[in-house]
Amino acid sequence: MYILFAIISLTGMGLGLGFLLGAAARYLKVEENPLIDEIESLMPGSQCGQCGYPGCRPAAEALVAGDAPATLCPPGGRALAEQLANKLSIDLDLSDMEDQVPMVARVDESNCIGCTRCYKVCPTDALVGAPKQIHAVVADACIACSKCVDVCPTECLRLHPVKVTLRNWRWPSPEPATAKAA
Amino acid sequence: MNRLLASAPFARSDSQVQAIMKWVMLALSPATLFGIFIFGWPALLLFAVTLLSALFFEAACLALAGRAVKPTLLDGSALLTGWLIGMSLPPWAPWWIGVVGSALAIIVGKQVYGGIGQNLFNPAMLARVALLVSFPLEMTTWIHPAPLFSASAPGLLESFAITFGGAAAADGMTGASLIGHVKTEFSQGHGLSEALNSGGYAFIKSFLGWRSGSLGETSSLLLIGGGIWLMRKKVITWHIPLSMLMTVALMAGLFNWIDAEHYPGPWFHLTSGGLTLAAFFIATDYVTSPNSATGQIIFGAGCGLIVYLIRTWGAYPEGVGFSVLLMNSLTPVIDHYIRPRIYGRDHKGRPLELP
Amino acid sequence: MSLFSSFWQPKKIRGGVHPEPRKAATSDRPIDVAFPMPAMLYLSLQQHVGQPAEPVVKVGERVLKGQLLAIGQGAISASVHAPTSGLIDDIMDYPSAHPSALPSPTLLLEPDGEDRWIDGLAEIDPFSLTPQEVCDRVGAAGVVGMGGAAFPSAVKLNLGRRTRIQTLLINGGECEPYLSCDDRLMRERAADIVDGINIMLHGLECNKAIVGIEDNKPQAYAAMCDAARPHGGKIEVAQVPSLYPMGWDKQLIRYLTDKEVPAGGRAADVGVLMHNVGTAYAVQQAIRFGKPLISRIVTVSGDAVRAPRNVEAPIGTPLADLLGFCGYQSEAVARYVMGGPMMGDALPHPNVPLVKGACGILALTETELAASDAKACIRCSRCVSSCPVGLLPLEMMTRIRAGQLEAAIGYGLKDCISCGSCSYVCPSQIPLVHYFKYASGELVSRQQAQHKAEQTKRLAEEKQARIDRYKQEQAALAAQRKAKSQQQKRGEAA
Repeated sequence: MYILFAIISLTGMGLGLGFLLGAAARYLKVEENPLIDEIESLMPGSQCGQCGYPGCRPAAEALVAGDAPATLCPPGGRALAEQLANKLSIDLDLSDMEDQVPMVARVDESNCIGCTRCYKVCPTDALVGAPKQIHAVVADACIACSKCVDVCPTECLRLHPVKVTLRNWRWPSPEPATAKAA
Repeated sequence: MNRLLASAPFARSDSQVQAIMKWVMLALSPATLFGIFIFGWPALLLFAVTLLSALFFEAACLALAGRAVKPTLLDGSALLTGWLIGMSLPPWAPWWIGVVGSALAIIVGKQVYGGIGQNLFNPAMLARVALLVSFPLEMTTWIHPAPLFSASAPGLLESFAITFGGAAAADGMTGASLIGHVKTEFSQGHGLSEALNSGGYAFIKSFLGWRSGSLGETSSLLLIGGGIWLMRKKVITWHIPLSMLMTVALMAGLFNWIDAEHYPGPWFHLTSGGLTLAAFFIATDYVTSPNSATGQIIFGAGCGLIVYLIRTWGAYPEGVGFSVLLMNSLTPVIDHYIRPRIYGRDHKGRPLELP
Repeated sequence: MSLFSSFWQPKKIRGGVHPEPRKAATSDRPIDVAFPMPAMLYLSLQQHVGQPAEPVVKVGERVLKGQLLAIGQGAISASVHAPTSGLIDDIMDYPSAHPSALPSPTLLLEPDGEDRWIDGLAEIDPFSLTPQEVCDRVGAAGVVGMGGAAFPSAVKLNLGRRTRIQTLLINGGECEPYLSCDDRLMRERAADIVDGINIMLHGLECNKAIVGIEDNKPQAYAAMCDAARPHGGKIEVAQVPSLYPMGWDKQLIRYLTDKEVPAGGRAADVGVLMHNVGTAYAVQQAIRFGKPLISRIVTVSGDAVRAPRNVEAPIGTPLADLLGFCGYQSEAVARYVMGGPMMGDALPHPNVPLVKGACGILALTETELAASDAKACIRCSRCVSSCPVGLLPLEMMTRIRAGQLEAAIGYGLKDCISCGSCSYVCPSQIPLVHYFKYASGELVSRQQAQHKAEQTKRLAEEKQARIDRYKQEQAALAAQRKAKSQQQKRGEAA
């Protein structure tokens, strides 16, 4: 008798809760993963395409789907990689990022013909100039996306490593690279 | 450029881990030698076995973990751990007690946490308590002092039989430690004066160390001397030993004043069991005690309080091991809440207000 | 509470260590003023904290001793003057006196050997100037903190004028091992220093100065007491215990005035201003004689130096020349250090110029360094008890090793003064200060990266908005045109 009660009540609960879950899934459905929006809001938003995806939103989607590593965004650098890894609770392997030297675009003034193609494609308005005049790069705004390098007809735009000066020199870590693994 | 010392300071004090361990062992040696002297050859054999096995287990663990064996083995920390275990064992215990103790201390007490500096509990006390719980008989067989070369002392061959052959000590040689004796007497309804009489208690004998007990814990005089020397060498500070001994003395004084027949006085407590050994050499273990001076005082007082509670109302006659372990487990909490005040900030870390 | 606090006075000095002084080699010799003029002077335009100076002379120009060569830029900067007469050879990037020895803009001055001063140099009465004039002249003379920090002195004095300073503290602590340049300066030129202090008091409109001297410099103390006696009541000379880092300004402030500077605040916030004895001397020379800061007294020492001593050398002298003058064996040197051994900077090579803030040049041997590999932390908490600030260096270090920089801030990373006491006492030889310097730099980098990311985002959004607007406008224009043409068509049809 008790067994029957137990079976009936448990079955009833199972059915009821299952129904509730089904209803919730139907009526409270979220069209898209909200995480994607959050991730996208972290990204630089310059749609530069250095990650291999057509823009920041597709990159965010790939990240949430687990198709891309947290280190995919070169302009975001290590700070962004850490934020992304945090948000997605994934392990972060910074090893391939350590080797990346920060780069910046520079105009070779002897070759620039003032064609204005570069500043039309620059996502951050880091290129300034006027038609038929030599263009220049605002280093602080450049994200080294190399879009300008691709369109420059005279190959006067090149990416160069950011020069280390007394102002941006930082103390290296006291630990030799191998000590971290131990 | 030399990879080492890329950044200032380019000067170093001369105290190194190895030197610290050496000083602690030097400070322990008078009490150890005295213990070996009064308990004879078996004590020396047991002590040697304990030290060697501690070194062996440390080396084995390091090799197993794939780390460099030599530098860590040479820093002296494993030797010191073995030394402290040896000092806290009954002097005529069989050899395997020493080996099991060392194994517990080095493997379970230290290496599973990740080696030196990582352990939560004092390895020596962990081993002592684990042994006491697992092998109560061997761990509470106490020997009356029978100095080397005296008539009652066993010869070298006989001693080998005692330590390695499992030969029982002669009947007249064994007896309860004083602190255990008093506890038994109380449970039989006898008063303190009667118990001390039948136990043959004399303050001066106890203070000098002419009493039964663990191998190296009997002589309060030599232990206090070693501890004070360590303080002068700035290896330990006064905070933990003083607060621990003061707490036990104050508690004992208070209860002795309330009822002298049932609560032994401060002198009895300070000169019995392993209190002085623990106060100067075990509770002061760097790894398992708090960082700040205030934290250390709280830690020492906590140890003292628990020692007194266990000795007075607990089931065990001696509570030093348990008290240190219990307070060890509180060390992270103490360290979290008790921090030094940062210059220019109040105790909560907010910047000071301008006057 | 008052009863309680009267019993529990907060300790005046916290932490600290007693490194071996090693000053005897240089402190008993007089300052050597016979240093020969080097063949070339390298005047870094970044002699100080803050913005580099801007050159006002051209390559090939002849300059006189004391002539302004480069003028300070912005709020925190200092001017650079010619240490001797000669020819401006070049303005180029030259290795700087910095742990990285990275090249920075430098003026090359080739001395002509005449050492001819600029015209119009005359002694004046400093007290006939207005206080503001004193500050301005200190700034024009390019005076910076001579104790090592190289903070422009005029900026400090002006700050003091704004905040009503009650006490001027003069730091004669010199707690770093090896260094004895302040000691010698106080012994030999005490009257000038006291004159300089009086001038600074005049400039600050303040009438109380305390000179703090460590009690291991009895001769300097006696000399300063003698020199200050005529100004009794105004200038007080006090002995402070010999303890590192006694020369940390906030430690000295608390010891001498019982005041504690709030975290993130400046000494001026509690009505105190601190200058080094060397700075007082430089101010005196600048105001009374009109001589800008063009030379300094520097301790050249270390076991690799055969004849260690204090040398008065022109700014811009290559350190190798200075070391060579004192006879050093380059093959014995394990580390070149600029400043003291506790807080100074390691230099990769001695071919960098002397800067205004360099109080010591050390050539240390392997034995003096006694470097060895770091071992595991045994939590001995010596670093905690030696920290003058009250931090938990061991906890900060473990957090940084685990990459948790934010947690390290919670243990006081931002309050760390890099005094090196913790590394000095560490029995495991852990380079604690290096960890903290690395973490602080890393935090700045991250902040900058964060800032740049936000900037990038804003720029990209603005550009997108502009393009959208442009497209809309184009569409609207097209629609207008279409409507117009349709209207026209309709009009024609009608």
